[in-house]
Amino acid sequence: MNILHIFTNPYLWASTIAMAVPLAFPAIGGTFSERAGVVNISMEGIMLISAFVSVAFSAYFHNAWLGLLAGVISGILVAYVFAWAAAKMYANQIVLGMAFNIFASGITAYLFNAIYGPEGTPFDTPKLPDVRIPIIDEVPVIGQILSGQNVMVYIMFVLIILSQWFLFKTTIGLRLRAVGENPEAAETAGIDVVKMKYLGVILGGAFSALGGAYLSIGVLNSFSPEMSSGRGYIALAAMIFGKWTPVGSFLASLLFGFATALSYTLQESSISKNIIMMLPYVVTILALIGIGGKSVAPAADGIPYRPKK
Amino acid sequence: MVKKVLQSILMPLIAIFISMIVGGIVILITAKQNPIYAYLALFSGAYGNLMNFATTLTNAIPLIITGLGVAIAFSSGLFNIGAEGQFWIGAIVATYLGYQVKGLPWFLHIPLIIICAMIAGALWGGVVPGLAKVYTGAHEVITTMMMSYIAIYFSHYLLEGGPMMDKGTIPQSPVIQNSAKLSTLVPNTQLSSGLFIAILAVVIVYILMYKTTLGYELRAVGFNVKAAKYAGINVAQKLVLAMGLSGAFAGLAGAVQIMGVQYRLYDSFTSGYGYTAIVVALLANNNPIGVVIAALFLAGLSTGAQEMQMQTNISGQLADVVVGLIIFFIAIEELYRIVIEKIKNRKTKLQPVGGQK
Repeated sequence: MNILHIFTNPYLWASTIAMAVPLAFPAIGGTFSERAGVVNISMEGIMLISAFVSVAFSAYFHNAWLGLLAGVISGILVAYVFAWAAAKMYANQIVLGMAFNIFASGITAYLFNAIYGPEGTPFDTPKLPDVRIPIIDEVPVIGQILSGQNVMVYIMFVLIILSQWFLFKTTIGLRLRAVGENPEAAETAGIDVVKMKYLGVILGGAFSALGGAYLSIGVLNSFSPEMSSGRGYIALAAMIFGKWTPVGSFLASLLFGFATALSYTLQESSISKNIIMMLPYVVTILALIGIGGKSVAPAADGIPYRPKK
Repeated sequence: MVKKVLQSILMPLIAIFISMIVGGIVILITAKQNPIYAYLALFSGAYGNLMNFATTLTNAIPLIITGLGVAIAFSSGLFNIGAEGQFWIGAIVATYLGYQVKGLPWFLHIPLIIICAMIAGALWGGVVPGLAKVYTGAHEVITTMMMSYIAIYFSHYLLEGGPMMDKGTIPQSPVIQNSAKLSTLVPNTQLSSGLFIAILAVVIVYILMYKTTLGYELRAVGFNVKAAKYAGINVAQKLVLAMGLSGAFAGLAGAVQIMGVQYRLYDSFTSGYGYTAIVVALLANNNPIGVVIAALFLAGLSTGAQEMQMQTNISGQLADVVVGLIIFFIAIEELYRIVIEKIKNRKTKLQPVGGQK
């Protein structure tokens, strides 16, 4: 296959965006959480739970939007428990994240088997619609790339801008960041540190849940155990690569999405898809060790904070 | 001292107890079966007879060895959550040397494999994440996780039409030479003399961590980096070393799994031993003896879960649910402190008014 032909194919770029979605949502979610000083590696598990809940509700009520809503609520509930354990019980956040991920992988697989059995989710489960954008749709190439994507793609674009604005232009955003940088100072300034941590983690859960729902009722209309397949962890890497900002996280997710899309496109070529699939992980490590600009985490990231009062 | 021991034994026990109850409730609601019957099936499936116990021991071997590695990293304050990848790398090296090197007697072939697999695991788990941490501050949680995925895709590359694929269409490697196979201990089971390697590893890690200066220094770094630096310990070097040792044991576990159980590499040859090993180290509070107990428990849980699935139709994934809950209830240790304090306060309130000084 001609290499140039691969890169001029709009399908590659369209699928790059599609592949970036389930990374960008949890990456932005992780940004909120870590800006508030809580490292949440359970985004993987939250995605899985939301993916399952979304499908289950979508199938039961025969309404994908209700599925999405239920998925996001499930993400918020799980994140609430995480926030409680991290902010009120001062639990080790990495250990906590491990616990949530193992639990999520077990409970979703268990319930999937218990409810649907070997046949899996019903074939007529509705999925979220794909959307054609009126004018852009007519433009050659650009239309093929930007139009006709799943509705979650466009929701993502809106939320990226809102998130960036919220985090850097609003008072609550400023407070959230202050808690992640210096909780003592923030507390002295009258900010409720615990409340801000809850906010960060819960926003993180909601965003991760959007990513999970996209996997099960956005791209597909079914669930399979372990379908998040490590995206929560890659999202973590994208967040770091994106220097803990929503826009940066999205751009990094695009890079990872590109590698995944490329690995699928190159499947028939002589290069093994497994080698291409390694690339995003290699890129992450390179990014982490400072090639392509150093990333500096919020100063109090991951450290449990005990309020003075 | 007594209090500390009680705490490190009691805490996991309470966590296990609560988790079993929650798991039981899940069974009751979703499967409408008697949870006690299900747990009995699980228990007998894990430890009930020699065959089952041998299977549990077989599953415990990789967990013990990898768990030791993770525990070394934990004791030094490092989170090696990429043990799964290091396990794969050890297995890849063991398989390659196992079928490629011919004509060696077993007493040379097996040690050769062990040494090479350990070095490979150490490089994979230690040098890259360790150096990255020391020189650039890259957090080992992410780097080890990324290295893990790279290792897994690398193995798939090797097997799916790659250089290690056996003749035919199935993505699997050739079988290793007989001289690379560990002997079987219990006939008709997969329990191999890898068990002795695991026991030896426990003894070595115990001595290393508690009886040598190096072990003391590693633990000192884990306890308080600043104090360790002040005491003149080369922290950077110790961190790399701890990650290296951690990876070496995970690599060893992968090799033992190949030499003792699987004899060849294929796509799904590990059932997440590297991840479960993290739980083992957590439950064991990084104590080598605790690692053995925790590994036997978790291996029993997964072996028994399969038996439970056959007898009661309750899906074996319930074991993961219970494991996740156990870690959660260990992580929120603060809750126990609060509860104990509340109980104490109530007692003091009940004292007669005249008792005040």
